[in-house]
Amino acid sequence: MDKTLPDLATAVAGIEDGMSVMIGGFGGSGAPIELIHALIDRFLATGHPKNLTVINNNAGNGHVGLAALIEQGLVAKLICSFPRSADPVVFTEAYKAGTVALELVPQGTLAERIRAGGAGIPAFYTPTSYGTQLAEGKPVAEFDGRFYVQERWLKADYALVKAHRGDRLGNLTYRMAARNFGPLMCAAAANAIVQVSELVEPGAIDPESVITPGIFVQGVVEVPDPAQEEALNRANAHHPEVPA
Amino acid sequence: MRLTPTQMAWRAAQDIEDGAYVNLGIGQPEMVARFQPPGRQAIFHTENGILGFGEAPEPGTEDWDLINAGKKAVTLKPGTAFFHHADSFAMVRGGHLDVAILGAYEVAENGDLANWSTGPKGVPAVGGAMDLVHGAKRVAVMMDHVTKDGKPKLLSRCTLPLTGVGCVTRVYSSLAVIDIDSGHFLLREKVPGLSFDALQAMTGAPLHTDGPVADLIAPEL
Repeated sequence: MDKTLPDLATAVAGIEDGMSVMIGGFGGSGAPIELIHALIDRFLATGHPKNLTVINNNAGNGHVGLAALIEQGLVAKLICSFPRSADPVVFTEAYKAGTVALELVPQGTLAERIRAGGAGIPAFYTPTSYGTQLAEGKPVAEFDGRFYVQERWLKADYALVKAHRGDRLGNLTYRMAARNFGPLMCAAAANAIVQVSELVEPGAIDPESVITPGIFVQGVVEVPDPAQEEALNRANAHHPEVPA
Repeated sequence: MRLTPTQMAWRAAQDIEDGAYVNLGIGQPEMVARFQPPGRQAIFHTENGILGFGEAPEPGTEDWDLINAGKKAVTLKPGTAFFHHADSFAMVRGGHLDVAILGAYEVAENGDLANWSTGPKGVPAVGGAMDLVHGAKRVAVMMDHVTKDGKPKLLSRCTLPLTGVGCVTRVYSSLAVIDIDSGHFLLREKVPGLSFDALQAMTGAPLHTDGPVADLIAPEL
């Protein structure tokens, strides 16, 4: 078994029009910039994929990564908890123009919906959002004297995730707080595609240290020295690059 | 006189016990971490998967894989732990946090909180606020006592979209410390020189007392 993929273009080749794509990261930490940019490059060359439903905690920052995915027109709907950032202009304009739909989900509910999707749990009850606008239309039940809101699982056709080290079997470790949604999304997506800073042979990762076991991962592509969204934004980067 | 945001943060910090697990909301509540009383050590939680992080790093030494919920760079300390988002919110909703301190637009005497939406205009964003108000043992709010144009933010009922129902236990305002107790505002402290009646006039629901009201005095910071 070898889950490694030869390059980024191959890694994103299976994503089709209308699919749902989970993208890891919290703000810039854990954002798989190179995988996202490879998807944009494919769209610019072929016109596909488009009309994607993207699941991420945020809605992009600046003009790289998720913001660029929206700016270039691949995204029809975004499911997220906090569509604000230091520079949210791309999403804000698309939302106000009505070109991108928004499903706003409390952050812990978003995480648990994704976890449930990966764990085969179709619905669960949470105290979060009870009595608020975000619970409207959802079933409510009382347990032990408190009220809870029913939320449904969230699954996706693809997940694009950034990890730190990965082996050929898909076992992963993450780097610091870049872990965030990665392990959950790998489990919840039919095809979890992971960019790793360092590709290693099986056995090189201590089994005690594996965070995402390889069963949740379908493809691994090595991207040494991955870009950090925050650093790109401080350099006012765009993807694709704006001609000088 | 009134407390500055820094002084409100100082006052809120005085109530945090040694060993408490604490989540501080984005913005002004983040300052609470700077004022831990000597001899007490709280462990700070951030929604994006860190327990026990340290101060901001020197500019130019940031590691952008090591940020807090406000996307600001933080640092490691001995004993820091990382975890994924489902574990992070298990800590939140599962009742494992001792204190959450949040900002607010409005707080009602029944403990309702409004802090995520100012209405249908603009882009809505909720983040982790709706989760935080349902997990921590104490949910405290730190905010100015009135709006910029002088209207009460402490009300009989919230007018803005709710973040949570009956969740706030204490308010640290720029003028007072007020507990939410059985559907009432219970005044614990007020700034010296401000009469009860003057404070009541700036508060949108009746203030109650159950004993002497202490002076709210914070050091110059």
